[in-house]
Amino acid sequence: MGLENTNGYDLSLDERDCRLIAALQNGLPLVPHPYAAIGASAGMNEAEVIARLHRMLESGVVKRFGVVVRHHELGYRANAMVVWDVPDERATELGQRVASHDFVTLCYRRARCLPDWPYNLYCMIHGRDRNLVHNKVSYLIKACDLQALRHEVLFSLQRFKQRGARYVRPAAETANLGPAVGG
Amino acid sequence: MNNTLSELDKRLLNDFQRDFPLSNTPFADLALELGISQQEVIEKLRSLAERGAVSRIGAVLRPKQMGASTLAAMAVPKSQLDQVARLVNGYPHVNHNYEREHRYNLWFVVTAGDEDELQYTLQDIEQHSGIPVLSLPMLDDYHIDLGFELQWD
Repeated sequence: MGLENTNGYDLSLDERDCRLIAALQNGLPLVPHPYAAIGASAGMNEAEVIARLHRMLESGVVKRFGVVVRHHELGYRANAMVVWDVPDERATELGQRVASHDFVTLCYRRARCLPDWPYNLYCMIHGRDRNLVHNKVSYLIKACDLQALRHEVLFSLQRFKQRGARYVRPAAETANLGPAVGG
Repeated sequence: MNNTLSELDKRLLNDFQRDFPLSNTPFADLALELGISQQEVIEKLRSLAERGAVSRIGAVLRPKQMGASTLAAMAVPKSQLDQVARLVNGYPHVNHNYEREHRYNLWFVVTAGDEDELQYTLQDIEQHSGIPVLSLPMLDDYHIDLGFELQWD
């Protein structure tokens, strides 16, 4: 595929990488030799699983490998998506500044959807309550000189669904694109 | 849940979000570091997963690495919100789906094998709900994921 990231690493995935990622979608099984177990379902041995994970971490295909926690269950009840309308030519500079704060858990540039949605820079902030999140947003605006740019803070209310992305689906699900029965 | 978490639980949640050992016996490595047995590590992680505190031990992928995905938003009349949320949840392509406090009140992530399947899914949601769907695909990811430093008080 010839994809490269900014450090020049090769980001392409071969068919065996994809099988490994598919086998890992639900996480490591809690058994003494989890990589061997993953390998058994991906059709490769333990050493190959470990070598491929090393390579994907080094290239940046895998951003991190480890325990993925659920913030809400750990008492982080306030979760805000903050969106800004940032000039396109400043998006990278401002995005990197926003992302450098340790309380920011995601930071993306996304396409606008004009005229309905003018915002293009997104970040996620978790806190134990709304006041703490508002304080962090105010701090971020000052620290990154965002005062002149319009923004909105969208707190989450109900969580209807949360799970890791499934990129690879069983054939039956792929074939049926409609909502599940009763959905 | 915080007040029912032991010091060991807290370390398991906080200290192994990245650089999880890529060895033949990673849970034994954790056990050595924590001064407990491998079996205890496995049982504690299983319990934390059952209680919902741990989603999984796994890989966080760079976005746009596989298939196609987007963030979608809908402005759903309050009276229809539960019904439309259930409709959206029913798609295997949807992995996060939240109500947010805004006129655009339903926000969800859609992933698909390719761009055609993604567009088909968005259109299918519009058709079944009768409500337009904004699609806000990612252009850049600025966040370097080091995990999340948990604070317990």
